[in-house]
Amino acid sequence: MIAAAFDTGLVAAALPLAAINWHSTFFLLFAVLACVCAIAVVTADNVVRMALYLVLSLGATAGLFFLAGAEFVGAMQLMIYVGGTLVLLVFGVMLTAQAPFVSIKTAPGDRALAGIVGASLLAVLLLSAFSVEEWRKPAAGVVGDPTATPIGMALLGVRVDEPPAGSPAGVRSGYLLPFEIVSVHLLVVLVAAAYLARAKRRKTPRAIEVAASAEPPASVAEHAAIGREPAGRGGSVLVGGPR
Amino acid sequence: MAEFLINTVGLSAWLAWTVTAVVAAVLVLNVIAGGALVFIWAERKIAGRIQDRLGPTRTGGRFGWLQSLADGIKLLAKEDLMPEGADGMLFRLAPYVSFCASFCAFIALPFAFDFIGCRLNVGVFFVVAVLGLEVFGVILAGYASASKWSLFGAMREAAQVVSYEVPLGMCVVVPVMLAGSMDMVTIAEKQAGWFTNWYLFHDPFTFVIFWVYVTCAVASVNRAPFDLAEAESELVAGFHTEYSGLRWSYFFMAEYGSMFLVSAMAAVLFMGGWNGPIPLATLLGLSEGTGDTANYFVRLLGMFNLLGKATLGVLVMMWVRWTLPRLRIDQVMTTCLKYCTPIAAAMFAGAMLWQLFLPGGLAPGLDRPAGEIREGWLEGPGGRAATAPAAEQKKVAQVNR
Repeated sequence: MIAAAFDTGLVAAALPLAAINWHSTFFLLFAVLACVCAIAVVTADNVVRMALYLVLSLGATAGLFFLAGAEFVGAMQLMIYVGGTLVLLVFGVMLTAQAPFVSIKTAPGDRALAGIVGASLLAVLLLSAFSVEEWRKPAAGVVGDPTATPIGMALLGVRVDEPPAGSPAGVRSGYLLPFEIVSVHLLVVLVAAAYLARAKRRKTPRAIEVAASAEPPASVAEHAAIGREPAGRGGSVLVGGPR
Repeated sequence: MAEFLINTVGLSAWLAWTVTAVVAAVLVLNVIAGGALVFIWAERKIAGRIQDRLGPTRTGGRFGWLQSLADGIKLLAKEDLMPEGADGMLFRLAPYVSFCASFCAFIALPFAFDFIGCRLNVGVFFVVAVLGLEVFGVILAGYASASKWSLFGAMREAAQVVSYEVPLGMCVVVPVMLAGSMDMVTIAEKQAGWFTNWYLFHDPFTFVIFWVYVTCAVASVNRAPFDLAEAESELVAGFHTEYSGLRWSYFFMAEYGSMFLVSAMAAVLFMGGWNGPIPLATLLGLSEGTGDTANYFVRLLGMFNLLGKATLGVLVMMWVRWTLPRLRIDQVMTTCLKYCTPIAAAMFAGAMLWQLFLPGGLAPGLDRPAGEIREGWLEGPGGRAATAPAAEQKKVAQVNR
């Protein structure tokens, strides 16, 4: 499908506007955006810019999913990867906001090594992509009216979709077991993270005293009283425009 | 609309689709921009009244109707400043990122049965996912400004929004579960009729979870008492300290856009969407299929209904903002992790059990079948045969191909 879309996109570029295959055009647009941003991620010096390019690249990939009619996967891509990058970004800012880490320079040797690895991976992917005899195409250009219900049912162990032509008949199981394994795995990770991140309590009485005296003294009521002070909010409204 | 342009006006397909897309985008843009104008005026008036002042009174007559417009002109005329140490590209980009995220989420928001930018099968999920992107612009702004206040504001915002996505997602799942669909149009349609059909009154658990949703929604759009990212009494103006002029106003529009969006989401998920407290259209004898004009009128009525509910939600947010003091960051986190999340989880489990044991509710006659039976894949409990039409099966097969 990728190669086919690429071909039609190239052909369409030479034709007048009315004959443009918009699906391929948008495919090309998103694909180019994803690729350019992916390269920019590794060439950028600044961590926050890297994160920005990463988000753009992942967002363009989500756009490709939407274009292919896989709305659920597209939304999932936005939710997980962009949300994940967000956390990455926060850590990047927190750890590199000081001077020596603001820009990260790559050594020339690393650059060459990364280039070799990347080029060989690209070559393998391209070879395998072009060696496919015939890509399965969607029935009528764009898949119409997709629904996420079969995915949800399959995750609960019930397959409601028809088997693809040529596959052996019989009972097909859903994805209940992998789903549960992943869930338990994530739970273990969460518990471990909570254990590692919790405040360490020392056993010695002296340390407990110190910890107790280090508690923030401001009580809720005190804070509320400060917050209710009319001058803070009212004054800013007068000075700062609509605020 | 595209079909109309192709068949009646005689445009070629690509032009018709482009025109349709542009019209939809412009309409949504106007909801945000026009809404922001009105809401800013309303906010100033409400803030004034709550603080025993009058608010704007001069620009545009007695009630200061034109105050927002005057503000807008002022903002246009302001100098576009950028701090010296700022990261220029990110600084310029950040407001657009925020605004685009807010704008994109509106695409999947239904205003009435057919008044929707793009009807997505996973509409709710899409809106929640895209709404989370808005914080990205805020973090970029905070970082790129090269200012301590901005960075503090952005970090607070990141911590807050990432935390509140968890209970928010759990609240959103409950109506999705009850409707058996993530399609916002379907969810709203299931609540048609009198207000007793709203998911707000579906069972006690949904009633509780609605208020959890309201709390999380206010927190996720950074409104007081959760406006720690701005916190003008501590952080000057938080993440937009260094912004001025039009760029600043993009943040503002994004904020009001998101406020409207989460209110409209609340309306669609819990308060029937365009189905009013009273089924006015049905009482008037108008219903879908009476004719094109009648259909259009019904939808227009529904749109005003939804806009009214969403506006009400925004006004409540303003009321809350000028009533409650700002929380500290630890209080914000406590509210999220120790209250909202467990309550949402318990209510989610409760709603699930309710759906399992009392699917018809306490009143007889309300049959709400589960997803797989409704869509005809499995046999229903009442001996109803699997009535999956061939088209449905084909559709499913097509999806998986």
